[in-house]
Amino acid sequence: MADEATRKVVSEIPLLKTNSGPRDKELWVQRLREEYLALIKYVENNKKADNDWFRLEFPYTDESISERSLLFSGGLGNIPVTYPATAPEVAIPELDGKTAKMYRGGKICLTDHFKPLWARNVPKFGLAHLMALGLGPWLAVEIPDLISKGLIHHKEQQSS
Amino acid sequence: MSTVEELKLRVRELENELIKCKQKTDPETPAHVRTKIEEMSAEVVDSNPYSRLMALKRMGIVKSYEKIRSFTVAVVGVGGVGSVTAEMLTRCGIGKLLLFDYDKVELANMNRLFFQPHQAGLSKVEAAEHTLRCINPDVVFETHNYNITTMDNFTHFMDRISNGGLEEGKPVDLLLSCVDNFEARMAINTACNELGQVWMESGVSENAVSGHIQLINPGETACFACAPPLVVATNIDEKTLKKDGVCAASLPTTMGVVAGILVQNVLKYLLGFGTVSYYLGYNAMEDFFPSMTMKANAQCSDMHCRRQQEEHKVATEHPKQEVVKEEEEVVHEDNEWGIEVVDEVTEDELQAASGPKPDLPEGIIPIYTIPPEKSPEDMVEETEQSLEELMAQMKKMYGACDVSIAKTTTIVQSL
Repeated sequence: MADEATRKVVSEIPLLKTNSGPRDKELWVQRLREEYLALIKYVENNKKADNDWFRLEFPYTDESISERSLLFSGGLGNIPVTYPATAPEVAIPELDGKTAKMYRGGKICLTDHFKPLWARNVPKFGLAHLMALGLGPWLAVEIPDLISKGLIHHKEQQSS
Repeated sequence: MSTVEELKLRVRELENELIKCKQKTDPETPAHVRTKIEEMSAEVVDSNPYSRLMALKRMGIVKSYEKIRSFTVAVVGVGGVGSVTAEMLTRCGIGKLLLFDYDKVELANMNRLFFQPHQAGLSKVEAAEHTLRCINPDVVFETHNYNITTMDNFTHFMDRISNGGLEEGKPVDLLLSCVDNFEARMAINTACNELGQVWMESGVSENAVSGHIQLINPGETACFACAPPLVVATNIDEKTLKKDGVCAASLPTTMGVVAGILVQNVLKYLLGFGTVSYYLGYNAMEDFFPSMTMKANAQCSDMHCRRQQEEHKVATEHPKQEVVKEEEEVVHEDNEWGIEVVDEVTEDELQAASGPKPDLPEGIIPIYTIPPEKSPEDMVEETEQSLEELMAQMKKMYGACDVSIAKTTTIVQSL
């Protein structure tokens, strides 16, 4: 699996208990609650370590449960019906066409470094693990490469 | 001077050309579309598209070939394998074909068979239907241009599997998975387990030199979730497989072979001849074809698979006992300095993390193993908070410290 640092990060994210996908009704709400708890913990850890590297936005709605399955859609694709047996896709449409390690529409390639790991940890892994072990390592490899090729540029902390 | 023979030949050529031209100008019967044929005939004439297929009866291979027109097959994924599969079934005179794919034809697909450069930009199902209808207008086509793994589409997909037969309301006879990813396979598996739909899975490896087909009869044979996916070992050192560049390679040859063995199995299954394969692998590097049958896993994670197993009452046999092989420890006769090898943490963890390996014939290996279930530790704690409260908490976390957004995020957002 991954290096020592990553393993440490993962050990600090709580594992999920409920094996339930968006096609279930009540159990799926329970699963979503666990997803939030794990994500909140992960973001807290990141903030403590001064490494708060991503933002997930969740449009707040009072829609039905099936709508709620779309809440995670931001940079993540729609949660597939087979979740959590399969990992969701992560897309960065802005990078589409800039790197070969991407499928059409900007979906990042998780086949090698993440999919087997996810499969071995169903249903304990959740979206927080997807960020930490799927998207994180991908960005860590690809972004410096893209910058060195001049395909993207580093903007100084614009928000400060 | 030309001889009489040569001139006669030339006249015939010109006559043929004239017929072609006439047909082109007649909008009623365009030259490239033949009329529908009501009944399959075994008559051996040049104009009968089914004469060579019906000859299978005379050869004693198939009892009643014309039965093929009563069958409906759904092909999910119309790519390198799926398109060729659909073409083969069309040429064989299948009754009805349902095609599912969300993708468009691209020039990058041209290393594979079936699609042509002028079709680039068209949806795969639309382009395929057009070509296939020209090849055999007797086949009924139904196409769906969407991704089956999203909520709405999945519901519709399930509905078409159970109602999309030749006679509306009847289920399809067989579903073929020709998709290129795990998610779609799992979605198909979920649907077929729920519906009790017999299906065949097919796949070509990312390095393009191996592939497999698998017949899944829910409850009887292993479903896709019963065991981790299998691969046909190619005897290439994994470390030499560097995947800088693109995610997957593909060859028209391997895809053609896999489509061929898939449709062969379909014909054998539908028309009842020969032995139907439950799993057939193809290793292109050594021309090796491992074959086996896998029983359903009583502890399968898919509840509908377990239900189907009970219904099929095949759960009479007990799962195989795990044979634990103890490795003999190497003890040196003297060890003056007390030197011993200390395992790295990773080795330990690797041991603990790797699960039991399924009993597989030579040449087939699992992509990964599932570790044994451990006692729950580091699990999320119970909370009284509602989903809405948790959402709000998540939102607040960001609101409070907008300033410390890390560099990576900034880069990605400011592209």
